[in-house]
Amino acid sequence: MEILNLEGTEDTPKIILDKANGIFEISGRSLPEDSSEFYQPVLDWLQAYAGDPNPSSEFVFKLEYFNTASSKLILDVLSKLEDISGAKIHWYFHEDDEDMEEAGQEFSELVEVSFEFSTY
Amino acid sequence: MKYVYDLHKSMREQNLILVYEGEFTQEITKSVLAMAERNMDSMGEESTIKRKVFNVMVECLQNIVKHGEGYKVDESVNYDAVFMIGKKNDEYVIASGNPLHNADVVKLKTKLDQVNELDKEGLKQLYKDIIKSTTISEKGGAGLGFVDMARKSGRKLEYEFIQIDDERSFFALRTTIGRE
Repeated sequence: MEILNLEGTEDTPKIILDKANGIFEISGRSLPEDSSEFYQPVLDWLQAYAGDPNPSSEFVFKLEYFNTASSKLILDVLSKLEDISGAKIHWYFHEDDEDMEEAGQEFSELVEVSFEFSTY
Repeated sequence: MKYVYDLHKSMREQNLILVYEGEFTQEITKSVLAMAERNMDSMGEESTIKRKVFNVMVECLQNIVKHGEGYKVDESVNYDAVFMIGKKNDEYVIASGNPLHNADVVKLKTKLDQVNELDKEGLKQLYKDIIKSTTISEKGGAGLGFVDMARKSGRKLEYEFIQIDDERSFFALRTTIGRE
């Protein structure tokens, strides 16, 4: 599978989806003008990956900030992970960022995927 | 030139850090956010507070980008949107205003009242209910903006609709974030 690699900007997160090296990571800020358009390639990639996944995959979320339109799309991304056997989510939040910790916990209540929480 | 002095005076009296009036776009949103962030950084604001202010600002600005449209009455009278952020000793105030059709007032008011009726747990539940069932609208919103603003600020959303004429009203919204 091709690697999906998007450089982060001031309003979009850095994204690496690399099956061969087992790296799946979303980090930074997410407040794009059009969240649906921005996340579509990610959803497409995950759809394809679900057809032939690695035995296990750890998806790392290290978000500093996301807006409400992105939160809906992040939920869509997490829902895609429900279809991937052996998928785990590692949700990172800044040690003094209770809101980001709570956001992760809420997502974990909304999808059937195992979550691990860590501070950075 | 007295208007310059008067504006300066009222900005000082209201403790306003930044005021922007005009057309709102994603680029403007990014600029306003960057200016407010730099301002908070230079004042050594706590990161927890900074994040909440940033959060509320984004929802407020993007609401205007998505839903705000100017109202041109004639060549000399044109209502655009306005955004401002102020800082007092114990709180930040994020306020905005934009014209809207009178027909949209009731729907918006109902939404705001629904959010204001809820406590912390109720807001969390509403957020989860909406995010599960929502689809991103044509305008690019998830319908979560006000809920999120209320959750992040922990206060009621203050609002007022001021009628401009038979067709439009001016929607003013104010959110405060405590610095405790």
